[in-house]
Parts: sequence; structure tokens; C-alpha cells
Amino acid sequence: MSYVLKRIGQSILTVFVVVSASFGLVRLLPGGPLDYLRAQAIQQGGSDMTMAEINQRIAAQTNIAVDEPIYVQYVEYMAAIVQGDFGQSIWYEQPVTSVIGPAIPWTVFLTASALFLAFTVGVSLGAIMAYKEGSRFDVTSTGIGLVLNSTPGYVVGLLLVAFLGYRYELFPTGGRYASELSPGFNVPFLASVLQHGAMPIASMAVVGFGGWALSMRGNSIRVLGEDYLRVARLRGLSTRRIALRYVARNAILPMYTGLMIAIGTVFGGAVIIENIFAYPGVGFYLIQAINARDYPLMMGGFILITVAMVIGITIADLTYGILDPRAKGGASRESY
Amino acid sequence: MSPIRDDDGEDPTFDAIAGNDDAIDADEVVGTDDESGPARPAVSGHGRKGRVAADGGEGSEGARASSELRSDGGTRSKGNVSEFEQMADVSLTKGERRRQWADEKLLAPGRIVWSDWRARFGLLVVTFYLLMGIVGPKLVEAPSPNQGDYLIGAFRTLDHPFGTTASGTDILSQTVYATPSMLIMITSGAVFTVVLGTATGTLAGYKGGRVDSVLMTITDVMMTIPGLPLTIVLAAALQIDGNPAVIGILITINAWAGLARAIRSQVLTLRDAEYVEASRIMGIGTPKIIGSDIIPNLMPYITMNFVRQARAVIFGSVGLYFLGVLPYNSVNWGVMMNAAVNRAGATSSAAAFHWLLVPMLTIIVLALGLTLLAQGADRVFNPRVRARHAKSVEGGDEDDEEGGSGGTTTAATGGI
Repeated sequence: MSYVLKRIGQSILTVFVVVSASFGLVRLLPGGPLDYLRAQAIQQGGSDMTMAEINQRIAAQTNIAVDEPIYVQYVEYMAAIVQGDFGQSIWYEQPVTSVIGPAIPWTVFLTASALFLAFTVGVSLGAIMAYKEGSRFDVTSTGIGLVLNSTPGYVVGLLLVAFLGYRYELFPTGGRYASELSPGFNVPFLASVLQHGAMPIASMAVVGFGGWALSMRGNSIRVLGEDYLRVARLRGLSTRRIALRYVARNAILPMYTGLMIAIGTVFGGAVIIENIFAYPGVGFYLIQAINARDYPLMMGGFILITVAMVIGITIADLTYGILDPRAKGGASRESY
Repeated sequence: MSPIRDDDGEDPTFDAIAGNDDAIDADEVVGTDDESGPARPAVSGHGRKGRVAADGGEGSEGARASSELRSDGGTRSKGNVSEFEQMADVSLTKGERRRQWADEKLLAPGRIVWSDWRARFGLLVVTFYLLMGIVGPKLVEAPSPNQGDYLIGAFRTLDHPFGTTASGTDILSQTVYATPSMLIMITSGAVFTVVLGTATGTLAGYKGGRVDSVLMTITDVMMTIPGLPLTIVLAAALQIDGNPAVIGILITINAWAGLARAIRSQVLTLRDAEYVEASRIMGIGTPKIIGSDIIPNLMPYITMNFVRQARAVIFGSVGLYFLGVLPYNSVNWGVMMNAAVNRAGATSSAAAFHWLLVPMLTIIVLALGLTLLAQGADRVFNPRVRARHAKSVEGGDEDDEEGGSGGTTTAATGGI
């Protein structure tokens, strides 16, 4: 129980650090975002705008009241974020939350499906490769896995867009779903969502599963040589039980930590993928914000991506503790 | 007899004072004679005097032999030298030592790498890219607009083997001229990650306690921040210039955290190993123990991660340059892809597709080479593979020089 509490506390600390860092980046850098926003306000408002009005405008955009002392600014900024107020987007001229909020589920949909697909396909493939070690199937799959593992997701994405999207027009090249459909739980809408999501998910999953397959293969081969497996065979256990309970379980467990790192990679990769497919997720808006120098939107997007990733990693970490009892504890004793 | 005895009388005293134990052996030879038995209770310099007299009285053959030894002074016969002082028959010159070192540290790993096709391929690829970065710009004409016609396809003309861009720039020369800055970026990013990750991980794992929990809290926080978005935001807010070394560090800004975690858990198992404990008991300082007992054991892991990190830098930097969110001051592969898509619509039009394809293949081949090299590096550090190759080194040694011991050293090191 204390482990769960500690882990959650750590997640909150992470978010706290990121939000504080975002305050630092916006507020403290000389010639940074705040100066840019001020210059922009002066430019747009003309000379008849007073300093107070400019400051008010900046405060509305960034939640930073410039004329207050710095610690008051910090406290107010943090308080606003906790209440879900990320400021006002300059480009869209509406609150950051109402721009990015609707985008979050879509990004999570893409990343979670891609991760799940890559993991399940990779693990099954890796297990088969391990059982058929040295066969032609194994050699070919290892080669393919190596090449895919050395390919960045956006390269696959660009190839998919170029061929399946533009040349053969099999899949749409942008958007979350066909614009004439209204969201709801009906077949055409869900089909459209899948059709639009297929290429982004595929480009993230294809490059992922090679790595999973290779490490699953290695782990399984190692487990297959263990003594307890020989004992299991001598006990006359069924092949199926040995494969699932003994080999698969022990081979997958070490990969679970890799899953946590993969969550980070996928979230980062999604930023690039969403832009290639013009898929309006959080990453898409993040890049838009940067190109438009829309600092409130940029910071809001970054904080929300971090929160989503922290939640994902925390869940993965906590379930790992359930799966593998050895993970609890750790070396907390003082030594040398 | 008497001059001999005089010599005999002086020499042991001198030896005893000097703490030289050589004399003991000679005396023990004497002592094997029956009567001197009670006279040699202690084999120390103090018991010497009395015994000398007794020896002299006996006048045995043994005494003569021993005294002859001493009168000679420097030239003692080999058999009587204490094994603690025994010197090697042949001493190695500096050149031989250097050759041995090279054999152990460079040639043996080299042979291992070369024996594995994957590692060989990786090594060739990486060498090729290094050459492309160092020598390439001197051989290829610098990229400039209007070098040829607009958008010539790949493999159409010999002048422009990879074709040209929408402004007539040669794509081959762009690719080559992008290599040096990419190499700098990759190296700086990988070095940054490995150094910081190893330092944090070993310190946290070895010290434990409060140092560990503080460092690991920082690490966990860094680890759960998404890397590429962080890089994007930092690049936008910091307004840095396009120095490739800085960009490399920026891209791996929090990658060290994952490495630090992994290294820490390895150090946790190492810090209780017997030889580390021995060093600790001998009173060797923590920095020295970490440097010479812990880190060498982690080298395989660190090397693998260096290569892996290099690959991550390529993927990240090209991806972000492709999005156009990083500053640059020279052309690179990501910028090329960005230009291909945004200026010529390379994804939707077949005419410009080669412009996109060339940098993509460049990245994939380099990444593949690095992946395979990482696997090869794993073999180099694998003790079993190493030991096998060390033997072949020994065999090779005996042919050209007498330094059979060189081979043994290698084998010993390899066996650890």
C-alpha cells in the first residue's frame, strides 16, 4: 500500500516539476515568451494601449500577472493550472483547454492502440521465433525485425501517406474522421475513425513490434534453457502449460519495464506522426502552437502530454508490482 | 676455512640488517644436516649469529656451498632464490608491452567483431559514414542551387546519381554535406547521455541510502517527462542557435535518466561482490572503487547504450528537423526531408519522391549499422566469446615472437 502511495506521490511530483518548469520557461527567460507576448500586444494594441492593459492581456493569456511580485505570480499560476485553467490560446483565441482537451482522447487512442498492437504481435512473434530457433522462419523474422527496429516511425508514416494515401487512395490522409459524420456510437462513425486512425497507428506499431519480437525471442531462449523448465518437462506438464505459464510469463516480465520506456517513446513519436497525417491530436496542436509562437497553447499542450504520459507510466508501474512481487522493496538501505 | 668463515660471519649480519632473506635458504640447506637441528629454531635474522658459529664448527659441505654463494655476492644461483623475489627470465621491453596491450585491447576485440557478420556489417557501415563525414565534403562538390535541372529522378544521370531537388541542387552532395553536422550531433548526444547516466546510476547504486533516494527521485521525474515534446518546447523557449553539438544534447535532454536507472540496478548487484568488498576493506576510496571495480564491469552495457543512444539521436533529430521545429545552420537529412515534403509535395507527387527517399534510406542504413554494431559489441564483452578468441590470439603470438606470456595475459583478462 505504501508503495502505491509513494508511486502516486512521485507522479504528482513529476507534474509539479513540469508545471513549475513551464512557469520558469515562460516567465524568467530574458527575450523569451513573455517579452514576445508583450511586443505582440504593443504591436496589435497600438500606442494608445497603457502598460496596465498590456499586462492584463498577458495575464489573461498566460495566467502570469506581470505586475505582481514573482512569488505571487508563481502561486497564482500554479493555482490556475490546478483548476484546469491553462490560459488563452493566441492563435485560436479561445481557452487552451478547449483547444487541447478534445484532442487528448484521440492521442491516447492512437498511442494506446499502437502500443498494444506492437506489444502483442511482437511478443507472439518472438515466442514463435524462439521455439523455432535457427529455422528459416527465425532467420528471416530476425532480419525483418532488425530492419524495422532501425526504421523511425515517421519514415514508415511518410511511405504510407505517399503510397496508400496519395497514390492508391486507400486511406484518408488527414483528420480524425470523415467531416460529414457526426460523432456517436454508430457503425459508419466508428468505421471512419478506424479508417483515419489505421495509418498513424500502423506506422507507430510497425516499427515497434520488431524490437519487442527480438527481445521476446532472446528472453524466451534464455528461459528455455533454465533448469526449472527441464523439471517442468520431466513432471510431464502439457506443452501448452509450459509455453504459457513457464516460458511466456518469465520471458515477458523483464520486458514490462521496457513498456514504460516505450510509453514515452510512443508519446514523443506521436507528435511527429500526428503532423504527418494531419491528425488533430495533442502533438499536432503542439507543433501548430510553436509555428505560430502561441506560447500558452504550447505550454498547455506540453503539460497535458506530460500528464497523460505520467498516468500511463504510473499505471504500468503499479500493475508491474502486482505481476512481479519481487519488484517491491528495492535497495533502500544505506550502505557505504 | 677461516677466510670463508669470516665472510660467512659478516654476510648474514649484513643480510639480516638489510632484511635480505636470501641467506635463509642457504642456511636451511645447512640445517638439513643432523646436528644443527636445535640451532635453527627461528628462521629470522636474529637467530643467525649463533648458527653461523655452529656451522663453522661442523665444517660441512653444506656450509661451504652456502658460503660460496655469499662470497659471490650478486651472482646467486637460480635454484636458491626465494620465490618471492624470483624475477621473470625475460623482461619485456616497452615496445613488446605496447604490442601486448594493443593485442589485448584492440586486436582481440577486433577479431571477435570481425568474426560475426552482423558486427562486421555494422562496423563497415559506421566506418563508411565516418568517412563520408570526414573525407566526403572534400571529394564532393558543395551543394548549391541550379547545379542541374530541376527534380531529376534518382539514377537517371551520372552527374546527379541521386537526382536533384526542386531548385536543382544535387541531392548526393546535400546528403554528404549533411553528414559532419549529423555526426557531431550524434556523438554529443550519446556522450552526454552515457556520461550523465553512468555517473548518476553508479553513484546512486553504490552509495545507497539518502543519496540514492534523492538521485532516483530526480531520475524518475526526468524519466516520466516525454522527451521529444520537452526538446521541442525547450528549443522554442530558449531561442538557441543551430550548433549541432547543442542540438544533440537538447534531443537527449532526459534520456540519461533511463540509463541511470538501469545502471543503478546493475551496480546494486555489483556492490556486494567479493572483490568490491575486498577493495573496501583495504581502505580504497569510493571514487577509485567506482572507477576501477564497478565501471569496467558495466562497460558492455554502457557501450551498448552509447550505440542505442546514437540511434535515438538520429531518429529524434531528423524527426524534429523534418517538422521544422529545431534551428539549424547547415543542411541536414531532416531539413532535406522537410524541404521535400513542404516545397515539392514529395508525399503526393511521384516526381519529387526521390528527394524524400534518399535521406530516409540514409537514416535507415546508418541506424541499422548502429543496431548491428551494438549486437557485435555485446559479443566483444561476452566473456565466453572473448576467451575463445583469446586462445587464437595466443596461437598467433607464438609464431612471430617469444611472448607466449602475452597470450596468457589476454586469456586471463578475457576469462574474467
